[in-house]
Amino acid sequence: MGSLFRSEKMTLCQLFLQSEASYAVVSELGELGIFQFKDLNMKVNAFQKKFVSEVRRCEEMERKLRYIEKEIKKEHLKIPDYGENPKAPAPKEMVDLEATFEKIESELREVNTNAEALKRNFLELTELREVLRKTQTFFTAQGQEMSNIVGEAQHALVHDEGTTSGQAVQLGFIAGVIPREKVPPFERMLWFACRGNVFLRYEEIQQSLEDPQTGEPKIKAVFMIFFQGEQLKARVKKICEGFKAALYPCPESSQERQEMFRGVTTRLEDLKTVLNQTEDHRRRVLVGAQKEIRSWIIKVEKIKAIYHTLNMFSFDISHNSLIAEGWCPIQSLEDVRRVLKDGEKLSGSTIPSILHPMKTHETPPTFFKTSRFTQGFQNIVNAYGIATYEEVNPAPYAIITFPFLFSVMFGDAGHGTLMFLFGLWMVLKEKSLLAAKSNNEIWNTFFGGRYIIMLMGLFSIYTGMIYNDAFSKSFNIFGSAWKSNYTEGDMMGDGETATLVFDPAKYYRDSTPYPFGIDPIWQSAKNKITFLNSFKMKMAVILGISQMLFGVCLSVFNHLHFKIVIAIFCEFLPELIFLLALFGYLIFMVYYKWLVFDVTQSGCAPALLIQYINMFMFKYDPPKSDCDVQATFYPNQQTIQTVFVIAAVASVPVLLLVKPFYLRSVHNKKVLAKNALGALSTDALIPNEHTSEQSTSKNVTHVETPSVSGEGSSDIEMGTQPPPAPEKDTNENGKSQSKQNGGDDMKDINLSVNNIEDTSAMVLAHDDDEEEFEFSEIFIEQAIHTIEFCLGCISHTASYLRLWALSLAHAQLSEVLWNMVLHIGLSMDLPYIGSLIIFAVWMAWANLTIAVLLVMEGLSAFLHTLRLHWVEFQSKFYRGEGYIFLPFSFKHILDIDSLDELK
Amino acid sequence: METPLVIGIVTAFWFFVGAVLPVLLQFFMWRSPNKGIYQIMLILTAVCCYIFWLTAYLCQLNPLFGPQLSVDMIRFMQMEWK
Repeated sequence: MGSLFRSEKMTLCQLFLQSEASYAVVSELGELGIFQFKDLNMKVNAFQKKFVSEVRRCEEMERKLRYIEKEIKKEHLKIPDYGENPKAPAPKEMVDLEATFEKIESELREVNTNAEALKRNFLELTELREVLRKTQTFFTAQGQEMSNIVGEAQHALVHDEGTTSGQAVQLGFIAGVIPREKVPPFERMLWFACRGNVFLRYEEIQQSLEDPQTGEPKIKAVFMIFFQGEQLKARVKKICEGFKAALYPCPESSQERQEMFRGVTTRLEDLKTVLNQTEDHRRRVLVGAQKEIRSWIIKVEKIKAIYHTLNMFSFDISHNSLIAEGWCPIQSLEDVRRVLKDGEKLSGSTIPSILHPMKTHETPPTFFKTSRFTQGFQNIVNAYGIATYEEVNPAPYAIITFPFLFSVMFGDAGHGTLMFLFGLWMVLKEKSLLAAKSNNEIWNTFFGGRYIIMLMGLFSIYTGMIYNDAFSKSFNIFGSAWKSNYTEGDMMGDGETATLVFDPAKYYRDSTPYPFGIDPIWQSAKNKITFLNSFKMKMAVILGISQMLFGVCLSVFNHLHFKIVIAIFCEFLPELIFLLALFGYLIFMVYYKWLVFDVTQSGCAPALLIQYINMFMFKYDPPKSDCDVQATFYPNQQTIQTVFVIAAVASVPVLLLVKPFYLRSVHNKKVLAKNALGALSTDALIPNEHTSEQSTSKNVTHVETPSVSGEGSSDIEMGTQPPPAPEKDTNENGKSQSKQNGGDDMKDINLSVNNIEDTSAMVLAHDDDEEEFEFSEIFIEQAIHTIEFCLGCISHTASYLRLWALSLAHAQLSEVLWNMVLHIGLSMDLPYIGSLIIFAVWMAWANLTIAVLLVMEGLSAFLHTLRLHWVEFQSKFYRGEGYIFLPFSFKHILDIDSLDELK
Repeated sequence: METPLVIGIVTAFWFFVGAVLPVLLQFFMWRSPNKGIYQIMLILTAVCCYIFWLTAYLCQLNPLFGPQLSVDMIRFMQMEWK
C-alpha cells in the first residue's frame, strides 16, 4: 500500500558525536532534513548553554547583514536570487565572514556619516547662496534708495545709538531661510511681538532642498527682516531662533554681496564634486555586497540553526563527545549513517560517530511521506488532528471522497468547468507561481489547495452532468424520455399559466429513462423541486451511510495493527450490525421501492417514512384496504424487520459491556499468574515492580511477598510458572542470598539498578504487565464510545442531508441569476441597443456568478465537506492524538525566515 | 436505449475503472511508491461515481408522477423535440 496508509515507523536514536565532528555532522543532517532532535537541555538556562557565545556571534552577524540589506534597499538596488543554496561554512570560515561583515558595515557607516555632514554643509551653502541672490534682487528692485537708507543708517548708528523718532531712519536687517509652511505664523508672531515696527519680506526658493538627515525634499523661503534699534534686533533674533529659521550674515554693500556670492558658488561646486564621489563610493560598496548578500544570509541562518541544535545536545566530558537524541524514520537510518560518515570525513576526525537505536515507551511522532499532490489532502486531515502513531490515515481516501462530496453539493457543470480551469492553471504554472513567493495569505491558501480545487472542479463537472445542470440549463443529448402526445383540445387555456401534468403511464417512454442523469424535461417543469427533492434526499442518505460504513470498516485495520483482536468481535461487529441492520435496511427499502413500484400502483407505493417508524414500534396492523401505504409490501417483511431491530438493539449492550469486562478478566488472570510467579523468582520481579508501580501500598505488599515466599517453599508448587528467561535464573540464584540478608528498601533499589542493566529487555516486557488498570475508567470510556456511536449513527445520517440542502441552494441561486439577470438581457427586443444592453447585463451576470456562485458557494460547500469528513467520517475510526514530526531541516528554517523579504 | 443495455454498459465501464485497472496497476507499477495511492483513487472514484449514476438512473426508472409543464412549453416541445 502507499506510504500514506499509516504513518512511518520511527525509532528513537542516540548519536554519539566527537566534538570536532559534531558541527559538520549537524550541518549534513540539516541538509538531509530527516532527523528530529530532542532537547536534552530543557532545564538549562539559555545563557548557560554550551554554544551561547557562538549564537551571540551569529546574531551580531545577522544584525550587520540587516543593516547592509537596509542600505541596499535605500539605494533601490535589487538583490538577485540565483536560487543558490550554499552549505553552512565551517567554524573557521565564520571568523572570515565576521571580518568581512565588520569591514563592510564600518565602511558604510563612515560613508554615511561623511555624506550627512557634507550634505549639511551643502544645504547651508545653498541657502546662503539663495539669500544672497534674493537680497540682491530685492535691493536692485527697490532701486538704490534702500541701500542709501541703510548706508545712512549705518553712519547714523555709529554716532547716535538710542535716538528714536525724528531722526533719520536707522534700519538694520537680518536675512535667513525658513521652511515655507512656517512663514505665516512667523509673520504673525513678528507683527504681534514687535508691534508692527518690523518689516518682513520673503520669497520662496524655487528648487526644493534636500534635508540631510531624512533625505526628504523641503521647500523653503528666504526672508529679510528690517528693524530699527537694538532691542527689536534682539527680539527678532529670538523669534527666529524659536522658529528654527537659519540666519545668514548678509553684507550690506552690493559689491561685497557679489563677491560673497561668487565665493559661495565655487565652494558649492567643490562640495558637489566631493558629495558625488562619496555617493559613488557608497554605491560601489553596496554593489559589491549586493551579489553576495543573499548567500551570506543563508549561511548565517544555517550556522545559527546548527548552534541552536548543538545546544540541545548533552556534553559528555569524559569522552569529549556530544550525545544527541532524536527521532528518525527507520527507513532513513541508512541515510543518517551515511551522513555521519560524511561529517566525519569533512571534519577530519578519526574517532567514528555512533548511531544507536534505542527502545522506548515514548510515543513517536507521526510522519507521512507526502508528495506535492497529497500534501494538500494531508493538510486537511492534519488540521483536525494529527494521526496517532501508526493509526490508519484518512488522507488517501480524502483525495477522492472530499472532492466528490463537494461536487454533490456544488453540482453544476458550468461552474465546475470554471473551477477546474482555475485549478488547472495553478497546477500547470506551479513553478513560476511558487517562485513568485507572494505574501498574500488568501492567495497562498488557494495556491496550496490547487490540486484540491482541480479535482473538485472535475468531479463537479461529472455531478453537474448527472444533475443535468449547467448554469441552470439542461443538456438534451440523448432525447428526453417524456413524449408529449397532447392534442390541441387538451391544451386549452392561457399558454403560460395553464399547465398539464404528464402521466407516466401514457407519456413515458416504456420505462427507459434518460441514460445519463436527470431528464432534461424536468428543468422546465413547474414541479421540478418536488421530484428533485425526493431524489437528492435519498441520494444524500445513501452516500452518507456508505461513507460511515467505510469508516467503520477502516477501524478493523486499526484493531488488527494494534493487536486488539477482541475489539474486532466486540466493537467492529456490533457496530457493523447496528449500522447495517438499521440504516443498510433503509437503503434497501429505498432501492426496492424504486425498482418495484411504478405508476400503475402509485397510489399504493409504500410510504417509507411510516414504514420505518412502524418497524421501530413493531406496529404491523392488517391492511385497511386493498391499497394501504402503511402495510407491508413484501412477503415476510414483518419477520425480517423484527429480526433486524432486535439484532441492532442487542448489539448495543455487546458494544458497551463485553470489552471492559473482558479486559478486566484478562488483567485479573495476569495478576494471579504474577502472584504465582512471585513465589519463584522474586528478585528479578521486585525491582521491576519498584520501578513501575506508583502507589506505595503496592510497594509494601510486594516487599513483603519475597520474605514470605522465600522461606516457604511450599508456595513454589502452586500456580503456573511461565518459563523464565535464562538470565532470570542466574540472577535469582545470585541475588536470593543477599535478599535474605537484608530486606530494606535501599538494597532493593540497589538491586534494581543492577538488574535494570542486566535485564533491560525484561524491564520493558514486564512494564507492560504492570500498567495501571482502572476498570471504572475503561468502562466509562467504552460507555462514551457506545453512546457516541449509536446516537452518532442517527444524527450523522441526518447530517448528511446537507448534501441535499446545499445542492438545492446552489441550483436555485443559479436559476435566480439566470432568470433575473441574464434573461432580461436576452429577451430584450430592441434592434441595436439590445446588443449594448446584453453586454452590460452579461457583465453583471458574470460578476455575480463568480462572486456568489463560485467563491461564496464554493467556500461554503468546502466548509461543509470538511465538516462531514472531520466529524461524520472520522469519528468512526480516527483518534488523531499524535504529534507531528518536525525534522531539523534547513529547507523549513529558510522558508520561514528573512529570505522572503529580500525581493 | 433499453434499460439492461444502458445499465450493462455503464456498469462495465466503472467495473473496468474500479476493478480491472487497479489489478493492471498492481503488475505494471509494482515498484512505484505511489502505486497504492493510484489504486485507492481509482477504486474510490469508480465506487462513488457508479453509485451516483445508479441512484440517478433508478429513481427515474418507475416515476410515480410526471413533470408539470405549461401549455406553451408543451407546444414548443412537440415542435422541437420530435
